[in-house]
Amino acid sequence: MNVIKKSKNLSLHLMLLPAMILLIVFSYIPMAGIVIAFQDFIPAKGFLGNQEWVGLKNFELISTNPFVYRVLQNTLIIAFAKILLGLAIPIAFAIFLNEIRSSAYKRTLQTLVYLPHFLSWVLLGGILIDILSPSTGIVNNLLKSLGFNPIFFLGDPKWFQPTVIITDVWKEFGWSTILYLAAITAINPSLYESAKIDGAGRFRQMISVTLPGMSMIIAMLAILSIGNILNAGFDQIFNLYHAGVYETGDIIDTFVYRMGLIDAKFGPAAAVGLFKSIVSLILITVSYYCAYRFADYRIF
Amino acid sequence: MRTWTNKKYIFPVINGTILGILALTCLAPLVHIFAIAFSDNNEVVKGAVTLWPKSFTLSSFTFVLERQEFWQAFGVTLKRIAIGLPLNMLLTIITAYPLSKESLTFRPRTFYVWFMFFTMLFAGGLIPTYMLVRQLNMLDSIWALVLPGALQVYNVILLLNFFRQLPKEISEAAYMDGAGHWQTLWKIYVPTSMAALATLILFTVVGHWNAWFDGMIYMNMPEKYPLQTFLRTVITMPDFKYLKADDWKNLQSISDRTTRSAQIIIASVPILLVYPFLQKYFVKGIVLGSVKG
Repeated sequence: MNVIKKSKNLSLHLMLLPAMILLIVFSYIPMAGIVIAFQDFIPAKGFLGNQEWVGLKNFELISTNPFVYRVLQNTLIIAFAKILLGLAIPIAFAIFLNEIRSSAYKRTLQTLVYLPHFLSWVLLGGILIDILSPSTGIVNNLLKSLGFNPIFFLGDPKWFQPTVIITDVWKEFGWSTILYLAAITAINPSLYESAKIDGAGRFRQMISVTLPGMSMIIAMLAILSIGNILNAGFDQIFNLYHAGVYETGDIIDTFVYRMGLIDAKFGPAAAVGLFKSIVSLILITVSYYCAYRFADYRIF
Repeated sequence: MRTWTNKKYIFPVINGTILGILALTCLAPLVHIFAIAFSDNNEVVKGAVTLWPKSFTLSSFTFVLERQEFWQAFGVTLKRIAIGLPLNMLLTIITAYPLSKESLTFRPRTFYVWFMFFTMLFAGGLIPTYMLVRQLNMLDSIWALVLPGALQVYNVILLLNFFRQLPKEISEAAYMDGAGHWQTLWKIYVPTSMAALATLILFTVVGHWNAWFDGMIYMNMPEKYPLQTFLRTVITMPDFKYLKADDWKNLQSISDRTTRSAQIIIASVPILLVYPFLQKYFVKGIVLGSVKG
């Protein structure tokens, strides 16, 4: 009996083998490769080559660069605003969408708001650059015809942050409503009945029945989003920014990319990357733990 | 009586209208680009094109579709989907199945799950990953676009949660009849998980179709660029001029702006055609995979 069980489990191990090899090669080896942060790394010598160890020199170099603090600040502001609006707007949208009685109309609205989620930031970047252009864009044409001065949304450092925050929320809010709508569907209809009998109007029901019915999923997604506080959205910003808006638009990920792969300062770039990885590790671990404790959330 | 009926209809009408406008903002920018792509450049320059083409012309599209670079990039994307999709799906399925077992029947599960989960908590980051791919001699090879992302941990978790909700009786019955794990997986789990698998196929295809960053860093030769990486050089790089000086003379009716728009439309169309029909699957797949009862 034991032998049969062993051989049965053997096929389970075999199924996991390819995944484990890929994880080791493409996740764990790069984790070890983070030692680049402590080296004067020369790519031609390779990972295992005789690299020169420089201790904390790369970190000192980074921490004395005043622009790094600017980048950190931009990252935090953009990511925090995206997290906050990225929670609030889909919740509101789901609650109001739930009030629509015609299911065909509801489904049509949903299909439309999912659309931007499926397009890459390369394409959306192209679309935004076109429609937000101060000279020829349709948005500024509209502003001009209403008597306003044109706004250089993507070229003016003052406007860059609000623009990336709003366009990111616009891209993803429809997609984020999926889980909230599912939570609303799971609410027991008899709760609405008894609320009605107690004299609750439509808004009262939305606030006192629908919203509490979503509270678990809201709490869970809010807690899990903490881990994204250093993710301001590389794909989006990389496709929208340029040197003129670095002071408000440059974020950790774009900064690491330019320093590492464009200027070939591998050591300092890896040092910034290591800083981000460690902060993220702490935040994600804490957030999963909280989600587990308070919302009984288990990822697997 | 009259005010009562009025009041009853006021909220649904206002609500429906506001949500409708919000939903249209998701569509309108693409419609505008669509209108530009099909319009004569003389109308576009005047700012006369809003949501419908003016002086309808296909010349921007014929110009783009005659470019060899465009088809080359399109070919690279098709190649990465042709290799990547079966690889991604096979790996997701055979990894999710053992991990969906209870730890009591498959003790090492806990170890495997944590080994996988840790990669979601901590990552080496861009520089070491790039150096690894470079050192594996995968630069300028299609494998650089396929292998590093071949195992999508998030997809594995989605599918393993889905597997766990299948009634245990079926797999136990199969087990009694002498079916091994491979047979149980392919004959029972896979056919009953079509909603989840359709979702994952959609995610994977869209992921490969939309990927541009790996192409940009791992491909040195522009002729190896996948479609979105190529499009990036055309669409969002401010200094890049797609049209060369002599093109301008020959073609008065198109411009960088109309050809850019045409390419955005061409790259969006496959996705726009597919996702509405898979909507019911991915909604169900996501909800079942991430919220557990």
